[in-house]
Amino acid sequence: MAITGAGILTALGNGWQTNAAGFRAGTTAFRPVSLFDVSRQRAKIAAEIDLPADLPATRLTANQLRRLNRAARMLLLAAHEAWRQSGWQPDEPLPVVLGTTGGEMSLGQDYLRQALHTPNDFKRQATRAAYYQVQRPALLLCDAFDFQGPLTVISNACASGANAIGHAFETVRHGHARRVLTGGYDALCQLTFAGFDSLQALAPTPCRPFDAQRHGLTLGEGAAVLTLETLADAKKRGAEILGEIIGYGAATDTHHLTQPHPEGRAARAAMQAACADAGITPEQVDYINAHGTATPQNDAAESAAINGWAGARACRLPVSSTKAGIGHLLGAAGAVEAVVCLMALRGQWLPPQTSLATPDPVCQFPLVRQPVDAKVGITLSNSFGFGGANASLIFRRWS
Amino acid sequence: MSAVFIHGLGAVSPAGWGVAALRGALEKNLPLPVQMCERPGWEKKLPVRPVPPSPARLDFLAHPRLRRAGTMAQHILAAALEALGPDVIPVQTGTLRLGIIVCTLAGGVAYSRRFYGEVLQEPSTAGPLIFSETVFNAPASHLAAYLNSSATNYTLVGDDGSFLQGLALAAQWLESGRAEGCVVVGAEELDWIIADAARLFRRSTIYAGGAGALYLKKSPGAPAVLSAITDSFPIIQSQNRAAATRRVRTQLGPGAPDELLCDSAAHPSPAPDWPGPQWSPRAILGESFAAAAAWQCVLACDALREPRYPAACVTVVGAYQQAIGARFVRPPGEISL
Repeated sequence: MAITGAGILTALGNGWQTNAAGFRAGTTAFRPVSLFDVSRQRAKIAAEIDLPADLPATRLTANQLRRLNRAARMLLLAAHEAWRQSGWQPDEPLPVVLGTTGGEMSLGQDYLRQALHTPNDFKRQATRAAYYQVQRPALLLCDAFDFQGPLTVISNACASGANAIGHAFETVRHGHARRVLTGGYDALCQLTFAGFDSLQALAPTPCRPFDAQRHGLTLGEGAAVLTLETLADAKKRGAEILGEIIGYGAATDTHHLTQPHPEGRAARAAMQAACADAGITPEQVDYINAHGTATPQNDAAESAAINGWAGARACRLPVSSTKAGIGHLLGAAGAVEAVVCLMALRGQWLPPQTSLATPDPVCQFPLVRQPVDAKVGITLSNSFGFGGANASLIFRRWS
Repeated sequence: MSAVFIHGLGAVSPAGWGVAALRGALEKNLPLPVQMCERPGWEKKLPVRPVPPSPARLDFLAHPRLRRAGTMAQHILAAALEALGPDVIPVQTGTLRLGIIVCTLAGGVAYSRRFYGEVLQEPSTAGPLIFSETVFNAPASHLAAYLNSSATNYTLVGDDGSFLQGLALAAQWLESGRAEGCVVVGAEELDWIIADAARLFRRSTIYAGGAGALYLKKSPGAPAVLSAITDSFPIIQSQNRAAATRRVRTQLGPGAPDELLCDSAAHPSPAPDWPGPQWSPRAILGESFAAAAAWQCVLACDALREPRYPAACVTVVGAYQQAIGARFVRPPGEISL
């Protein structure tokens, strides 16, 4: 399965080049939250995006453009980059498979606030009700570039983006479509920020995944989109192939709604399933982009899972969590981290976590702490979420 | 699509708990009575159709995972367990790999509304236990936990048609071997916030809560077969609602005098070009997006027990995302329910 287009937008910037430079250097992009009031929260930082003032040319009407909110703008920018790079034409049905946790939740917040505070004022309420739905940004995407769909939105918490890419991969592989546009998006919003803060899962200072002194996650926002097509189709039309997706595994952790099994059983099952799907062994994996949220529970469970899954390979298998630079992008995380894997495969480097001070001794694997060039042929990306959603994707260098 | 058999049906609706109650409401062919729901800040109340209290104690509520689960999760579990029937045991003991697909538009909106209400009052004391339940996939996770199922589990979010997309996905999983059985549940939660929003688009909307479920397997011996799912035709600039609907009907075919059509109309509005009988369950039950689409499919499959209906089609023209259809037939050999 060929990946012929990739678009990315994170707090590091807009587009492949800017993000690749940032991930390669281990840049961090956290700052005080400005989008909503956090004065009464324990944590006060996040990886906010400076949205570009201009959008690419689209077929959206003036009304639609006026109603574009934050998440939809992010999705549009990432999708435009991927689509333009792919060289695809919108001349036939193009399935769109996306992952998100909240869509335009900030509009839902506005709706509730107005409904409670001024219950007889209905101004803009219908628009908010329509545009807060998670599938609305994806429909706007279809209108913007004349994609004919169909549209599928998977909301499996923080594994949504990875599940979406995995589902797109299976859709093409099993012959249900010849090409799919897929990815994930999520924008920061007060409800989610306050929610993670209420769980005391947010760190007051930038997150440090796999650090012995880690104290929680930092939220971010963004979008990433990939174009997938059969290798035969990509070769036939002479497309530039960025990499291949060769394996997908998913499993459900029934231990707890928000906490992983301490041994990371489902995480291990997802990695095993992805490897079996790809027909490879842990020995052949050159880098893992870990879920690595920096919560004590996640990183301990994921470490146990990687240690167990990789066996003897673990002590030589480089691992890093790029959430150290851009935060946790929730439904977009799996898609953004898939693009990071592609960048590593294309550029032959590993993305470091430069803020890591003291690696947790539970990690039997080497954590990438400094920018480094490396021979990277196969990468694995982990994404785990609330509800026990666990997904792993495997990518291969195209040469 | 190779043969996929419908091995079980489940429903929780304003008509009551179970498929029999749903069937009974449709047979009476009268809109169910409405109840009035408090809407903060208003003297007048919102007309809604809630699920009546369960006539029996719900045993699954004893599971520790379901202590705080909202009504949506309870409805999903009840519908799924009814559909799974005796196959609950092999799933729980790990001998049957069950895929779980939950489809919804609004998700667990009551907890989201309540949590954000707390945030607006005082963000530093908003309840963490409520927040955990606000994620779209919380109910699907509870179902997996109750069933002890570690197989793939997706929550699809979209308009009414997402339930039929869920059926197509289940068929894909069964075909690829990702799952040996698959339960697809459509569910929506009744809360004033969503009832309020639904009426902004159509004043006559009576919002309802509940869930419907289909249990799919590859093995024969079932009373219904999923013979086709149409493509999902998005409602976008280049394809309006009417055009998307026409394409669904074209893919479903012309129908036959003994073929049932179960549509998603809020009021009976018979399609003049359909030669067979037509049902519009939402006119009786109310609007409930993915749950309502699930009830349509449950009723269509249930109708196949009647010899007079060898086939039943479902058309769903969603709130604003897509039009999609499905066709169910009685399997060869006339297996009755």
